[in-house]
Amino acid sequence: MRAGMEIQIIAVIIAVACALPGTFLVLRKMSMISDSITHTILLGIVLAFFLTRDLSSPLLVAGAAFTGLVTVWLTETVAKTRLVSEDSAIGIVFPLLFSVAIILITRYAGSVHLDTDSVLLGELAFAPFDRMIVFGRDIGAKAIYTSGFLLLLNSTLILVFYKELKLASFDPLLSAVLGFSPVLIHYGLMALVSVTAVGAFQAVGSVLVVAFMIGPPVTAWLLTDQLKNMLLLSAGFGALSGILGYQAASLFDVSIAGSMAVTTGMLFLMAFLFSPRQGLVGIFIRRKRQHTSTGGTPKGAGWENRRRII
Amino acid sequence: MMDNVLFLLQDYTFRTVALGSALLGIISGVLGSFAVLRRQSLFGDGVSHAALPGVILAFLLTGNKNTEVLLLGALASGLLAALFITGIEKNSHIRFDSALALVMSVFFGLGLVLLTYSQKVPNANQAGLKRFIYGQASTLLSRDVILMAACAAILLSLVVLFWKEFKLFTFDPEFAQTLGFHTGRLNLFLSLLIVLAIIIGLQTVGVVLMSAMLIAPAAAARQWSGRLWLMVLLAAGFGAVSGVLGTLFSSAVPGLPTGPVIVVCITVIATFSLLFAPHRGLLRRILDRRKTRARFQAGISTTILKERRRLS
Repeated sequence: MRAGMEIQIIAVIIAVACALPGTFLVLRKMSMISDSITHTILLGIVLAFFLTRDLSSPLLVAGAAFTGLVTVWLTETVAKTRLVSEDSAIGIVFPLLFSVAIILITRYAGSVHLDTDSVLLGELAFAPFDRMIVFGRDIGAKAIYTSGFLLLLNSTLILVFYKELKLASFDPLLSAVLGFSPVLIHYGLMALVSVTAVGAFQAVGSVLVVAFMIGPPVTAWLLTDQLKNMLLLSAGFGALSGILGYQAASLFDVSIAGSMAVTTGMLFLMAFLFSPRQGLVGIFIRRKRQHTSTGGTPKGAGWENRRRII
Repeated sequence: MMDNVLFLLQDYTFRTVALGSALLGIISGVLGSFAVLRRQSLFGDGVSHAALPGVILAFLLTGNKNTEVLLLGALASGLLAALFITGIEKNSHIRFDSALALVMSVFFGLGLVLLTYSQKVPNANQAGLKRFIYGQASTLLSRDVILMAACAAILLSLVVLFWKEFKLFTFDPEFAQTLGFHTGRLNLFLSLLIVLAIIIGLQTVGVVLMSAMLIAPAAAARQWSGRLWLMVLLAAGFGAVSGVLGTLFSSAVPGLPTGPVIVVCITVIATFSLLFAPHRGLLRRILDRRKTRARFQAGISTTILKERRRLS
C-alpha cells in the first residue's frame, strides 16, 4: 500500500509539472513540438551515456535537455528556409534524431540497461524500488524528489516569468516592442519543456509525456478563457488523471502510465461533450432551441418569436 | 565489398526485406506527397501512434497473430483516431496540432494498457505485437510482402483513377467544391488512403519512424519539381531507393536496425535536395542572391558614372 501511495504522489507531481509548461505549448500552437522533443531526448541520453558510462549521471539530463533545444533549433532552421512547411520540418527532424539514437543503442549499448522500451514506454510501477537514502535513512522514493524538484522548478519559473510568458504567447510583437525578447522567452520555454520531458519520461515514457503536457491544458481550455484559470485547471486535471489513472491501473493490473493517459483522454471527452459553453451537448441544445424559436415553427408564430427575440 | 553485395542480392531473406521496404517507400512516397501538400504532414505521426490499440485489440479478440488481422485492427483504430482529430478540430476552438497530439498520445496510452493486459492472456507472446511499436523489417515474411504488394497495387491504381479529383482537391478545395465535387467525401477518401499507407508501413519501420517515411520523400521530391505527377513519381523513387539502400546497409553491417537506417537514408536524400535542388535549393538561392547583389552594385556604379558625365 505504501508503494501505491508513493506511486500516486509521483504520478500527481509529474502530471502537474507537465501541465504547466504544456499550457503555453497549447496556446502557442506548438503541441507537436512536445512530441518531437520527447522523442529526441533519447539521443541526448545516449550520447551523454557514451561520454560518462553512467546511467545515473546528471550529465544525462543536461545532454537530453540540450538535444531538446537542438531539435527545436534544427526544426526552425529547416522551416525558415520556407522550402518545406513547419509541420514537415518537425516530421523530418525528429525521426532522424530518433533513428540515430536507436542505431547507436542497438549497435553499441546492447549489453547495458539502456533500452528503447524504458525510454519510450516508461514504467511507474518500478519507481518505489529506487530509494532516496540520506545518512542511512530511507526518506522515500527517489522519483518523488526528482519530480518534486521538477515541479518546483516549473512552477517557480512560470510564476516569476508569468507576465512575460503571457505577453509573448498572445502578442509577440508587442512583447518585442516592449523589450522582452520573444526569441529568448521561446527558447526558455523550450528548455523548460525539454527538462520536464527528461524528468518525466523515466516514470511515464516519452510518448505519454505528450499526453500529460497537452491533455490537461486542452481540457482546461474548453472550460475557461483566462490564462490563470487555465493553468490552475490544467494542474487540477493533471493531478486528477494521475490519481484516477493509478486506481484504474491497479484495479485491472495494467500499465499505470497508459491508464493515466487514457484518463486524461476521458476527462477531455467529458469536457468536450459537457462543457457549459463549448460542449457539444450544450451547442446542440442551444441550436435546437434557436431552431424551434425561429425557423422551426409555422409562419405566424415564427414572426412573433422573432420579434420577441429582437 | 562488391562480392558481399552480390552475395546479398542472391540471399532470399534480403530480397524479401528489400522488396518490402521498397514497396513501403513507393506507397508512402506517393501518398505522402498528398499529405505534405495538404499540410497534413504530422497526421501520419498521429495515425501511426493511434494504430497501436487496434493491433492489440485485434489480437485479444481473435487470438490470431496473422499480419492481416492485426493490420485490420490497426486500420480501424487509425481511422477512429483520424475521425476524432477532425471532429475535435471542427467542433471546438482546439487547433489541429493540439487535437493531434492529444488523440495520438491517449490512443497510444490505451495501446499500452491493452498491451500490459494482453500479457496476462495465456499463450500471448508479446514479441509479435511489439514489433509494431519499433518495426522490424527483418521479420518480414514473403506473405507479408505479397500482402504489401497487393495493397500497393490497389492504392496506386486508386490514386491513378482519382488523380484529377485528388489534384484539384489538394490545391484548391474551394474550387473543387464549386465544381460540384463532394469535398467532404474526397477528404475522407484521401485520408483513408493515407491511413492505409501508414498501416502497411507499421511493421517495417514502426510507429515512430513512419512519419518520416511519409514526409521526407515528398519534401525531397517537392524541391526538384513543381509538377504534381513528377513530384509523386520522384517521391516514390526516393522512397524505394532509400528502402533498398537501408536494407542493404543494415544487412551489410551487423547490428544495424533496418527501419532507422532507412529513415537516415531518406533524410540524407531530403537534406541533399533541400541544399542542391536546381531551382529551389539553398545553394541556388545563395548564388542568385549574390548575382543580384553584384548586378545591383554594377547598376549603381554605371548610373553614378552616367550622372557624373551628364553633370560635367
